[in-house]
Amino acid sequence: MSATLAKGGTDRSVLLILVLPGLLALGVTFVLPLIWLIRASLAPSAFTAITSPDWTVGSYSAVLFDPFYWRVALNTLTLGLTVSAFAVVLSYPIALFLVRTPSRWRGVLTALAVAPLLTSAVVRTYGWMVILGDRGVINGALTSLHLIERPLPLSNNSFGATVALIEIFMPYAILAMLSGFGRLNSALEEAAAMLGANRLRVFTRIILPLSLPGVLTAALLVFVLAISSFVTPRLLGGGRVFVLGTEVYNEATVTLNWPLAAALSVILLVLFSSVIVLYQRALRSLEG
Amino acid sequence: MTANLFGRIAWRTLITALYAFLLAPIVVVFIISFDTRQYLAFPPESWSFGSYEAVFGNRAFIGAFGRSLLIGAIVGVLAVVVGVLLSLAMVRYRFRGREALSFLVAAPFLVPHIVLAVGIMLVLSPFGLLDSYPGIVLAHLGITIPYTVRTISMSLSAVDMRVEEAARVHGASPAAVFRRITLPLIRPGLIAGAAIAFLISFDEATISLFIVSSKASTLPTEIYHYLEYKTDPQIAALSMILIAMSVAIVVVVERLIGLRKAL
Repeated sequence: MSATLAKGGTDRSVLLILVLPGLLALGVTFVLPLIWLIRASLAPSAFTAITSPDWTVGSYSAVLFDPFYWRVALNTLTLGLTVSAFAVVLSYPIALFLVRTPSRWRGVLTALAVAPLLTSAVVRTYGWMVILGDRGVINGALTSLHLIERPLPLSNNSFGATVALIEIFMPYAILAMLSGFGRLNSALEEAAAMLGANRLRVFTRIILPLSLPGVLTAALLVFVLAISSFVTPRLLGGGRVFVLGTEVYNEATVTLNWPLAAALSVILLVLFSSVIVLYQRALRSLEG
Repeated sequence: MTANLFGRIAWRTLITALYAFLLAPIVVVFIISFDTRQYLAFPPESWSFGSYEAVFGNRAFIGAFGRSLLIGAIVGVLAVVVGVLLSLAMVRYRFRGREALSFLVAAPFLVPHIVLAVGIMLVLSPFGLLDSYPGIVLAHLGITIPYTVRTISMSLSAVDMRVEEAARVHGASPAAVFRRITLPLIRPGLIAGAAIAFLISFDEATISLFIVSSKASTLPTEIYHYLEYKTDPQIAALSMILIAMSVAIVVVVERLIGLRKAL
């Protein structure tokens, strides 16, 4: 017997004791926040009005009729797509290398590729401020070589934020690809090569199709992480990059317009969910 | 043959370059942490441990470091306790609502942290829990429980139930079976889960920035607010200390259950 069926009285009370703390914790920190978020987004736009009995769609119409927020939404999508595309393209060779290498350093190299995940995004953002800053690594090197007179505008703009986000999310992409590359099989590649396929053909006809589900998962993961980021866009954007994440943070902690922050979060969530649905459609058509 | 060789060299170069890109920020932060100038510039003019000394003399950082350690430790313990209970229910019992429960446990993976952050802020505020220890611990608990449930469930599924049954047949009470047999067998999963929960709490910036300001500020939020105005090498030295800690924890997790399984 591999599992107990909960039907007896004692079993049921034991089960209740096992499940209750978790339900409570997740209820308070996950379910309730989402419900309150939706409720608050429909509250009148004033700091203290969160618990007011009135309902209004004012925050949503304020967002929908303001061209600024349309631009913000567009910026967010552009950032998400750019970061996702580059992170996937740059991670793909690393993941492929890690799956296929016979090296005995494979474990170390894998750890090295995903270890940045475990340092705070704030720290890695600082690293990119050092690299891209006006007196940073790149500008410092180019200036001392007398190749440029004024520093190149690499940070305090969307370029800096994009580059940093690509690097910050690459470990996620690599991890997603590593677990999605299970179907890759060197015997298939050898067979194709023996039957006369050149390397390009082996890649396009065998490796690429077999690794596509992993690539798609990685792209989705990075996209959703990128559209909800705000620490990196804010610090490397120098206050000049406006995406949904930075605006949510601004409304929630600076302007203190919580209904608007809630409405923007709900819009972000809707954007996010529609991408997931699209992804699942794509995956199904890929497999079907 | 030469084409093949060229191909291999090009491939190696590409992989090396990509690794360099991936690790560049950490390497650069390491180098700059030995500089002591008040502004951000590369490369360092002189090399010293001055920035490290400055960090240890910075009251705000040391205070936040202590708070982050404490919050991370509490979150780690609570997330493991809740995780063990949930895992026992989900691995050992078949009951109505089990599917719904496992969906609920995995769901926080699916919601962007910034959305969750605003929601938690709205829930904590009327109870006066913003910028408080209970508030930040609760907030971190929600995002760490999915990880502890995953690592502990994995260990629990691997336990041979015949061992437990043998103990029961020989007269051990269910509590004794759990304490003497099950718990020691799943210990690697418990420690790995606690380590990951601690690390997530310790590094988490997004949710923390919405719910703490001064009294319960954590190290990542202090660093964030510092970086809004200053970028001097003190942050680099502090970053290196954090990275060293993360690496130590990662090594523990890797030894116990393997990093890729835990993430």
